[in-house]
Amino acid sequence: MMKQLLGITIVCLVILGTNLTVNGFSDQVIQKGATGDDVIELQARLQYNGYYDGKVDGVFGWGTYWSVRNFQEAFGLENVDGLVGDKTKQMLVDATEYDENYINQQINNNRDINYEGGKQSNQQTNESTQESQNNQDAATNEPQAVNVPNGFSQNDINLMARAVYAEGRGEPYNGQVAIAAVILNRLDDSDFPDSISGIIYEPLAFEAVADGQINMQPNAQAREAVMDATNGWDPSGGAIYYFNPDTATSDWIWSRPQIKRIGKHIFMK
Amino acid sequence: MPGWIRWIIYIVLLIGLVGAIIWGYQEQQEKNAILIKAENNYQRAFHDLTYRMDELDEKISTVLAMNAPSNISPQMANIWKITSEAKADVSQLPLSLLPFNQTQQLLNQIGDFAYDVSIRDLNDQPLNDQELQALSELKDQSNQMKSDLRQVQDQVLTDGVRWMDIEVSVATNDQRDDEVLNGLQVVEEDAGQFDGLSQLNDSANNENSIELTGESYNQSDIEQVVKDYFELNEQTELTITENGEGSEVPIYNVSFNTDSFHGYAEVTKQGGNVLSYLLNRDVGESTKSLHDGRLVAETLLEDLDYNQVEMVESKQYEKTGVYKFVHVHDDTYYYPDEIQVKVALDDGQVTGLTARDFILNENKREEREFEPTLSEEEAIDYIHEQIDVQTTRLAVIETEENGEVLAYEVLGTIDGTTYRVYINANDGFEERVERLTQSEEVY
Repeated sequence: MMKQLLGITIVCLVILGTNLTVNGFSDQVIQKGATGDDVIELQARLQYNGYYDGKVDGVFGWGTYWSVRNFQEAFGLENVDGLVGDKTKQMLVDATEYDENYINQQINNNRDINYEGGKQSNQQTNESTQESQNNQDAATNEPQAVNVPNGFSQNDINLMARAVYAEGRGEPYNGQVAIAAVILNRLDDSDFPDSISGIIYEPLAFEAVADGQINMQPNAQAREAVMDATNGWDPSGGAIYYFNPDTATSDWIWSRPQIKRIGKHIFMK
Repeated sequence: MPGWIRWIIYIVLLIGLVGAIIWGYQEQQEKNAILIKAENNYQRAFHDLTYRMDELDEKISTVLAMNAPSNISPQMANIWKITSEAKADVSQLPLSLLPFNQTQQLLNQIGDFAYDVSIRDLNDQPLNDQELQALSELKDQSNQMKSDLRQVQDQVLTDGVRWMDIEVSVATNDQRDDEVLNGLQVVEEDAGQFDGLSQLNDSANNENSIELTGESYNQSDIEQVVKDYFELNEQTELTITENGEGSEVPIYNVSFNTDSFHGYAEVTKQGGNVLSYLLNRDVGESTKSLHDGRLVAETLLEDLDYNQVEMVESKQYEKTGVYKFVHVHDDTYYYPDEIQVKVALDDGQVTGLTARDFILNENKREEREFEPTLSEEEAIDYIHEQIDVQTTRLAVIETEENGEVLAYEVLGTIDGTTYRVYINANDGFEERVERLTQSEEVY
């Protein structure tokens, strides 16, 4: 038994060891949806040999996915699956060059990258005066782009996070996700406005909007709650209203079928 | 105290008093200006609404007398536009606490109906008797609502009613006899009396109620289920509540705190299935890749006996990975049956799962066999020729008109933009076209 285990460990180590020989990339399998330095390298390398003509933004999106697949097909890999594993990485490394410093510099300077064939002439870096003003802000290696849930922009998420923070500070986490879910449920309900901002700023719809608390900066937890709600979690059970029974003044609100209570709030159809 | 000091104090106090009066006056002016601004917004919304109802009434009356399809279609498009404007007006009135849903619902129904008629080919499919009947009822209804609203408007104008006052009386639930409020209630009641259109529209939308099978669990059973599921120690205190009458299916909500996280889970009463859960904690720096997280998620689903599922989407949000799985049966992807899993990429632990749609839709679906009559190549013929087709597979999707349908899901690109097109696998109808986006620039 021990010998077997030892054997397996050795095999594992050997596999890990060979993984590390791939130059540049870390040893993760890169799949669609990933973000980070490996994706930047992947996009730059694919752009180098002409398979990728989008932006080198560090997010493995659809454009990158098709490029990887086309590359895998053209180079005769068995699995054309859009997953960048060891074989694909090795082939990319063999077929292309990657100058990490150059790419990072371009990204930090907010320039569009055109890395085709590895040419780095000045003509290929479009730099406008406005962009150069941003140079100092972008000096740290901040991501250029981020994943967002379908149909929402980062600013929609910010706005919702404000509403959730203002309405649900001090509530349990699932209560905060539920508030965000109510906003999203209203989006699908024809009785309510069909934009996030329309729902949040509807007169008297949310107390925290009416008294101006909406203008506070939300914390990370509120943002996380909104992300969970936009990604499909709905602890409210499909509610489109909620209220605080201790402060509610309207009789009408009690007539709605109630779903559940989370913290101070009762959620309703 | 010498007299001149007294005089200086008097003068200083006098200056202070005059200053305070001036300051107070300016504050008062500013406050009034803001109140008037807010009041004017409400007034505009209300008068706009009245005007639009009038317009709507007129358009509906004229459409009844129209014969040429080339006249009816644009008129219907106009009605659709007016209803959505009227809806926007309603949503700007300070009425959220006063039930005004019936009116909104009526506007919606008119809008949907008008939209459907305006986009259909009236030469092939003219308005049928039932629709004409509904339209003429609608005419009477809108006429009634129009005059109700005009009457309220008259009160507002002659009595100088301020919406701010109404807002206060609604908010404080003041039961005084307010003519404007009563007038609006009449409008609302009138709107509720008409249901001629709902009969036309709601044919496909009768929701099947969901019956879950399995033995009924009580609270202490649930406690054990949750403790086993999350491997909590026996001392952990669980807060368990049952859902109220508004819930689709009877479920228990369980929340608990451990040393490292706050947990929340929903468990069905029948069968004791965990529908969804979230384990909230601070997530540290990522050490795992998105792909590592995927393997974790797949293992978890396998352990939970969700065998026939495939990942269809994965996204990395800073320190967490979110994965969407759907049910796959005979190489067909059942999109309504979805499961989402959230994995923290610091230690690769699952921090959330929601299988609600999977479990509920599985139970809702009548036994329906989906069999394609078109081949893949035939389906691709129905696609816009500019689309560079990349992959094709069979999928079951939920449509508004016909419920679940079998379709070919075709992914393709035009100039670097990726599109997803669903072609009905039986009649080649283009069910849906979506533009797929993934990332957004950081501004």
